[in-house]
Amino acid sequence: MNIVVCVKFVPDSTADQAFESDNTVDRVGVPGLLSELDEYAVEQALQLKEKNEAPDSVTVTALSVGPEGAADAIRKALQMGADAGVHVVDDAIAGSDALATSKVLAAAIKKVGDVDVIVCGMASTDGGMSVVPAMLAERLDLPQVTFASVIESQGNQFRIKRDGDIATEVIGAVAPLVLSVTDQTGEARYPSFKGIMAAKKKPLESYSLADLGVDAGEVGLSAAWTAVDSTEARPPRTAGTIVTDEDGSGAKALTEFLASKKFI
Amino acid sequence: MTEILVLVDHLEGAVRKPTYELLAIAKRLGTPSAVFIGGADKADAAVAAVTKFGAEKVYVVDDAEIKGYLVAPKAEALQQIAAQASPGAILISSSAEGKEIAGRLAVKLDSGLITDAVDVQVDGGSPVTTQSVFAGNFTVQAKVTQGTPIITVKPNAAAPEEVAGAGTVENVTVTISDSAKKAQVVASQPRQSSGRPELTEAAIVVSGGRGTGGDFSEVEGLADSLGAAVGASRAAVDSGWVPHTFQIGQTGKTVSPQLYIAAGISGAIQHRAGMQTSKTIIAINKDEEAPIFELVDFGVVGDLKSVLPAASSAITASKG
Repeated sequence: MNIVVCVKFVPDSTADQAFESDNTVDRVGVPGLLSELDEYAVEQALQLKEKNEAPDSVTVTALSVGPEGAADAIRKALQMGADAGVHVVDDAIAGSDALATSKVLAAAIKKVGDVDVIVCGMASTDGGMSVVPAMLAERLDLPQVTFASVIESQGNQFRIKRDGDIATEVIGAVAPLVLSVTDQTGEARYPSFKGIMAAKKKPLESYSLADLGVDAGEVGLSAAWTAVDSTEARPPRTAGTIVTDEDGSGAKALTEFLASKKFI
Repeated sequence: MTEILVLVDHLEGAVRKPTYELLAIAKRLGTPSAVFIGGADKADAAVAAVTKFGAEKVYVVDDAEIKGYLVAPKAEALQQIAAQASPGAILISSSAEGKEIAGRLAVKLDSGLITDAVDVQVDGGSPVTTQSVFAGNFTVQAKVTQGTPIITVKPNAAAPEEVAGAGTVENVTVTISDSAKKAQVVASQPRQSSGRPELTEAAIVVSGGRGTGGDFSEVEGLADSLGAAVGASRAAVDSGWVPHTFQIGQTGKTVSPQLYIAAGISGAIQHRAGMQTSKTIIAINKDEEAPIFELVDFGVVGDLKSVLPAASSAITASKG
């Protein structure tokens, strides 16, 4: 079985995220890392391998499309236990929208070949659109089972549970398929010392757009089908009134504030 | 005027409020046409509801063949209606399902996609969206430059306008491919209704965190006195105190109500991502150093176990 886990290199959300002068996300000036939500995807990919009857027959490949630094995100996945890495890096990719990114990912998945399961996180921690898994399924003509909180598989039969707003659903599909997982699937493992050492010997291949047969004119900022006109930092909230509760004064002040704002 | 397609977000024919907001936005862009994909027996009620809020035309797709097959068939249905109507834009609710339909549709139609718009205005005849990104720290204005603009819009982005449209019904027969039916809902357990407003649509949200110690009764009490929805921080959800559907933040829901009250929530960046754009923010926390106080319009340093019940009583009393 071949599993590809898509991992994104994102600006650290605890650092000061910013935009470049062309309104693209600053992916160089802000420290980057493997998107926290993709760690759950790596974890579930590894668990699928470990639960397989013949784990050694399963290959988990971590795939990332991104700048030079994105190799760090792949390396983290390798340290956690993925078997191989694929990094698509090409200057022409910078500024790609989700449509172009999904096109490059789909081409890279075809290059890996005979993939049974594509695992993604539920969203990135930067763009956060949550649409790439659906776009990948569309481009590869595969079923999508997304926002999984629990994953069960037997051979190529998959069942996932997801908690929707209206109902908790069980969704079934047969691999090959695209799977996306939420943080409810369980904590992602930390790389062990052994894993960190082993990762250094694992294959990490780098591809350009030409290697994948993707026309550079179809991706990147100039080919994006959406244009950002402006980005503006939200003005900082003006400091509010803070009171300390003493013998019920807090509730009284709170009620008065609500009344002054016409909420009651 | 060009048609603007609005995908009706509904539960067994009961139209959800964000659909009315989309119709109001569609009116700014052109002539609103609703697309109802659902049971044939539920169509009449849905058509009446969207007509009341301005739909000039309603495309009705009977979902008997595709019910339970998730988003892929809905994207195919919209593709076929779009081919016929040549709409100026397609508006869809920014729910998990809505965004996935939009993603597939964008690939099918070779069209640009914008998700999670908090506002849509018109500039030179084309839609310009506003999005709130990076945990609400930035505002982005964007537009679609290729194909039919596909835009998913968050709840509360516009006020519904109760001005009746013509509501001309057009029954559409769509052809759904076999490959769109490869993932299927095999079991479904409806969630019990709390009787409180829907979290993402509520005007007021009261949330509880670690500081509740697992007892949400004070949070619920305050919520009910204000007619509010109840939310929670990830800490409260991970502790098993409330279901994941209550979670506000990066991996939960994003809310932008008129009033957000955080009780016993420290205010980690992941939580802020889900509530920072709320109009008015209030926090109650024992720890005066809690980062949530940096965001608030009004804060009380104190024990929520005493502050909340006293405030609930005062609010209930003030209503007479």
